[in-house]
Amino acid sequence: MYKNFLRYLISAFFLLGLGTSANAEFKVGFVYVGPTGDHGWTYQHHEGRNAVEAAGIKTTFVESVPEGADAERVIRQLAQSGHDLIFTTSFGYMDPTNKVAKDFPNVKFEHATGYKREHSNVSTYSARFYEGRTLLGHIAGKMTKTNTIGYIASFPIPEVIRGINAMTLAAQKVNPNIKTKIVWVFTWYDPGKEAEAAQALIDQGADIIMQHTDSTAPVQTAEKAGVWSFGQASDMQRFAPKSILTSIIDDWAPYYVERAIAARDGTWGQQDTWHGLKEGMVAMAPYNSAMGSDLVKEVEQLQKDLASGKTHSFTGPIYDQKGNMLVAEGKVADDGMLAGMSVYVKGVEGDIPK
Amino acid sequence: MSLDISFIGILIGSIMASSVPLILAASGELITERSGVLNLGVEGMMIIGAISGFALMVLTDNLFIAIVGSMLSGIIISLIFGFLTQSLLTNHVATGLALTIFGIGLSAMLGKNYVGIPGKEFPVLFSGLKEIIPFFGPILFGHSVVLYFAFTLPFLTNYFLKKTKLGLVVRAVGDSPVSASNQGINVILIRYSCILYGGAMCGLAGAYLSLIYTPQWIENMTAGRGWIALALVVFATWSPIKVLIGALIFGGITILQLHMQAIGFRIPVQFLSALPYLMTIIVLVVISRDSRKIKLNTPTSLGRIFYKEK
Repeated sequence: MYKNFLRYLISAFFLLGLGTSANAEFKVGFVYVGPTGDHGWTYQHHEGRNAVEAAGIKTTFVESVPEGADAERVIRQLAQSGHDLIFTTSFGYMDPTNKVAKDFPNVKFEHATGYKREHSNVSTYSARFYEGRTLLGHIAGKMTKTNTIGYIASFPIPEVIRGINAMTLAAQKVNPNIKTKIVWVFTWYDPGKEAEAAQALIDQGADIIMQHTDSTAPVQTAEKAGVWSFGQASDMQRFAPKSILTSIIDDWAPYYVERAIAARDGTWGQQDTWHGLKEGMVAMAPYNSAMGSDLVKEVEQLQKDLASGKTHSFTGPIYDQKGNMLVAEGKVADDGMLAGMSVYVKGVEGDIPK
Repeated sequence: MSLDISFIGILIGSIMASSVPLILAASGELITERSGVLNLGVEGMMIIGAISGFALMVLTDNLFIAIVGSMLSGIIISLIFGFLTQSLLTNHVATGLALTIFGIGLSAMLGKNYVGIPGKEFPVLFSGLKEIIPFFGPILFGHSVVLYFAFTLPFLTNYFLKKTKLGLVVRAVGDSPVSASNQGINVILIRYSCILYGGAMCGLAGAYLSLIYTPQWIENMTAGRGWIALALVVFATWSPIKVLIGALIFGGITILQLHMQAIGFRIPVQFLSALPYLMTIIVLVVISRDSRKIKLNTPTSLGRIFYKEK
C-alpha cells in the first residue's frame, strides 16, 4: 500500500513538473461576448484567433461571457492560468480588463472598441466601421423606394451612434428625402428579438434593413419580406442571397497575428489602434448585382476614396438635430470627436436613449 | 405611420407568431407543475429541441421528421430529469437548473456543424386567403401548423385538467401525492408522464424557433424564452387560458414597443423595453387576484419530493 502511495506521489511530482513547464509556453487568451457560431461579431474574432493559432501560437478562448461581473472573473482566470496576452473583444469588458491589468503587470491586455488604457499593459484597438456604414448609406439612399431606412441598434454607445450618423449623412447626400428609423433592442444577440425589430421596421415602411446587432436574423427577415438588407461583421450573403446588398466585414486576423508575435518576441508596446478600409480591418463583401453596375462602380470609387483618405465619412458641414454645427464646412471630424460621439446628426429621427 | 385596419391585422398576426414558443413551453410546463413537479429546465429542453429539429431538417430534409424528432429529443432530455427527481429523489430546483445548463452546453456542442446553414422555408397554411381578406386574413391564415396547434393547446389543456379523469388524477398527484398513492394511483408513473409531456412541448417550442420563426441554428437562440415561459405559468396561477393571455400580452407588447420606437414615440426606450415584463405581470396579477381560485389551481405539493414507502 505504501509502495503504491509512493508511486502516486512520484507521478504527482512529475505531473506537476510537466504542468509548470507547460505554463512557461507563450499563450494567448480570447474572451468573446457571444458564441463563436454567431456568424457575426464573435465569429470574426474567432477567425482572428484561428489565424494566430495558424501562426504557431497557442491560444485559448472563452465564449459567451456576459459583460459584467462574470467578465472580470474570466479575464482574471485567464491571466492567472499563464496567458501572456489576452484579447477582450467587447466594449463592456473595458473596466474589468483595466482592473485585472492592474493586478497582472506582466500580462498584456488588448481591449476591443474601448478607450480606457489605465495601465501600461493595456492597449485598445477598434475598426473604423463607420467607413463601411458610409458605403451602406450611399447604397441605401440610392436603392430605397420608400425613402425609409430601418436601423436595428443595440446599445447607445458612441460606436453605434457613429454608425447611424455616418450612414445617414451618406444617404442624405444622394437622397435628401431619406428618413432613418431606429429601433433599440438593448442586446447584441437575440435572434428572435432582432427578427421582430426588423419586421416592425418593415411594417413601418422601411425597405432597407440595417443592423448593429450580431445575429443573421434581421437579414433573413428582410429576405422573407422582400426588402434589401446589409450583413453585419461577416459576410452574411448565404443567409439572404437576394436581399443582402453587401456586408461590412471585420477582419481582425492580421492585427491579432501581429500583436501576438510582438508580445511573444517582447516588442509589444501600449498603443491605440483604429484601422479602417485602408488597412483592411474593415472590408466589404461583394456587392449584389441587383444594385446595377453604375451604382456598384460609384460605390467602389467611394470605397477607394475613403481608403485613400480623399473622402472622409464625416466631412462638414455637419449639424446635430437641433441645428448646432458639429463640424464646420470643409473640415473633417477628428478622432477624438468620433470616439466620443453622443448626438445624432440632423435628419435622424427620435432621441438617443440615455 | 398608417394605422389602417389591415395594418393592425398584420400586427396581430406577428404578435401571435412571436408568442407561440411561450405558449407551447408554458403549457407543457403547466402540466408538469400541476403534477407537483417543478422543472426549471424549460430553457434547456427548448434549446435541445431547437438544435435537434434543425439538425434533423438538415440531415433528412424532412420537416415532419424534424418536428417529431425535436419533441422526442425533448422527451429524452426530460427523461433524465424524471429519472433523477422521481427515481433518485433529487431536489427539483437544483436538478432543473442543472438540466438548463446541461441543455445549453450540449446543444452548442451538437450544433457546431449546423451553424451557418440557412434554414428551409416552413410551409404555411391558407396563404392565399391571407392576402384576400383584409384584417382577418393575416390574423387567421398564412401561419404554420405549429401555430394553430399552439393556439388550441391551452384550451385542450384546460379541458384535460377540468373535464377528464386523467386530468383529475394529475391534479390529485400534484396536490396530495400521499392520498393519491393511497387511492392506488401510481404517483411516480403519472409524474414521469407529465415530465415527459412537458419535455415534448418544450422541444416543440424550441423547434418552432429554429425551423419556423428564425429558420437557422445559432447557439443560445432561445435567449431566455424558457425562463419567461416558467414565469408565465406562475403568474397565470397555473391556469392554461391565463397562460395564453399572458403569452399574448408579452408577445404583443414586445412587438408594439418596437413599433412605437420605429414611429418615434418620445418615451424612454429603456422603459419601453421593460414594458412587456411589467405589463404581463400586472395584467396577470390583476386577473388572478381571486385568492380562492388561486388556491384551487395551485399544485399544493409543487416541488416536494415524493417517495413511496415499501
